[in-house]
Amino acid sequence: MTALVAQLEIHDRGPDTEQSCVASDGFCPGWIVDHIDRYLHPLWQHVYLSLISVACGFLIAFALAVLAHRRRWLVGPIVGITGVLYTLPSIAVFFLLQPITGRGALTAIIALTAYTLLILFRNIVAGLENVPADAVDAARGMGLTDRQVLWRVELPLAVPEIVAGLRIAATTTVGLATLAFFAGAGGLGGEIFAQITFKSNVVVAGGLCLALAVAFDVALLLAQRLLTPWRTAGTARA
Amino acid sequence: MSAPATLEFDSVTKRYPGAAAPVIADLSLEVPAGEICVLVGPSGCGKTTAMRMVNRMVDLTSGDIRIGGTSVRDRPPAQLRREIGYVIQQVGLFPHQTVADNVATVPRLLGWPRDRVRARVAELLELVGLDPALGDRYPAQLSGGQRQREGVARALACDPPLMLMDEPFGAIDPINRERLQNEFLRLQARLRTTVVFVTHDIDEAIKMGDRIAVMQTGGRLAQYATPAELLVAPADPFVEDFVGADRALKRLSLLRVRDVDLWRPPLVRAGEPSAAARARAAESEVPYPLLVDDDGRPLGWLSERDLARPVVVPPADSAPDPIIDADDVLRDALAELLQAGTQYAPVVDPRGAVLGVLSVEIVSDLLAAGSTAQERPGDRVQDRR
Repeated sequence: MTALVAQLEIHDRGPDTEQSCVASDGFCPGWIVDHIDRYLHPLWQHVYLSLISVACGFLIAFALAVLAHRRRWLVGPIVGITGVLYTLPSIAVFFLLQPITGRGALTAIIALTAYTLLILFRNIVAGLENVPADAVDAARGMGLTDRQVLWRVELPLAVPEIVAGLRIAATTTVGLATLAFFAGAGGLGGEIFAQITFKSNVVVAGGLCLALAVAFDVALLLAQRLLTPWRTAGTARA
Repeated sequence: MSAPATLEFDSVTKRYPGAAAPVIADLSLEVPAGEICVLVGPSGCGKTTAMRMVNRMVDLTSGDIRIGGTSVRDRPPAQLRREIGYVIQQVGLFPHQTVADNVATVPRLLGWPRDRVRARVAELLELVGLDPALGDRYPAQLSGGQRQREGVARALACDPPLMLMDEPFGAIDPINRERLQNEFLRLQARLRTTVVFVTHDIDEAIKMGDRIAVMQTGGRLAQYATPAELLVAPADPFVEDFVGADRALKRLSLLRVRDVDLWRPPLVRAGEPSAAARARAAESEVPYPLLVDDDGRPLGWLSERDLARPVVVPPADSAPDPIIDADDVLRDALAELLQAGTQYAPVVDPRGAVLGVLSVEIVSDLLAAGSTAQERPGDRVQDRR
């Protein structure tokens, strides 16, 4: 009923009220409906930047974590270096990289990737460390090679921690990617800053960012469910 | 895979870098094929290390270990381990794999075809007494005893000629431990796998071992002997102390009721003259006549009052309690007597017929004689399973 009344009101006010709404930088549902398609390209850029960055970050962090899992002494230095990368102000990095990689997606992806490394590396290492020692001992004792122990026992059991890291990295990256337009890579950030005083614009662009972060999070959660059926199986004893 | 293998430790020493004292010092022993060798000793005596050197989970510093004559040094570790069953206290099941997948670990490593793996898994679950329907569950859905059985099934998957077991029943409650021990002994009697079994529990060692290696802190072998030898003639004060002051009592676990000289009770059948029954009771070590049926099964003890009539009449309610199984070990039989608060009880064969009477006196005579009696080496309880 209230919705109906609200619709009637919008309709009543007609184009005039909408124009004044836009003129006063207000929150104008009509304007949003009419202009939603202008956000689709930036949204696609945003998805692209986030996905590629998290994927690259994951590959690098995964390789480093597997390396450090065998050679424990590497953990300290790797955490140190990725920690420094993590604390660098992102805008500064975008500008520092531009002379080398130019303006565009590549610069943004390098910076965003660098930000994911610490989170992903630490989670993968923690996941591998938390694998029950008796399962690893039994695996080796039955004649699995080091590589087989890693791929068949340690990594499957580390999936929950690894996915937890990916979820943090993904949501953080979606947020940080709003700054990617400083590097000339577009994304929803460009739209936000283009008309930062216009409430309708900020709400739509910001809302899409939020929705994207939630979508990534849910997708990862579902992936984890699929990858770890043993965690959700009932523990009722026979 | 193949027939059980002999296992030889030949002057095995393990020394960790930087440590002054070796963990294992010049250990030599031989486990004949198909026997269970128990490594027992206080914590820190190196028994687990000794076991883990067999499948190269720990590398030898010097000396050699040979399985079926082949040095473990000559085999790549992963290959060697696939041919040796391995069971640890925490079982070490893979929580992310189903019971069936866990059991199939080694067959898959060896590249068995899928059908053969599936058939073998079903066979193994059956063998260790697990319902094959549990194959689709995850380890977390099993009880502690079921997990332990799964661990044994997984270790037996490729019929290894040698099995290593590190306190396999250590984390199980006493009642289930007893059951698992008995089941494993039955299984081993069937499969005749050579077994190295590590425990800190001397009672478990006596029960499980064909031979027992008592180890001492510093990785020295204090004595290597059959359970009977160990109990009758401990090699030194350390072994004597470790075996315990009740070692005479422990020997009762090594003897079956059928192995001792039982008393002959005055057996009486219904309808016999009471006078004859009384006369037989007077001659026997057992003061009361034992009424038996036509198949020799015990019906009850007869009191003076039951013999008051000219012929023996079965009393209404005098079923003897307890009745001892001739296959019981003496320790359990004695416990039954004490539990029932009685001096003696009829012993029956598997068909239920009376073989004789066991009394507390017989057991105490046996214990008294034990300190001097020489048991034949290796004269362990036969058919203990």
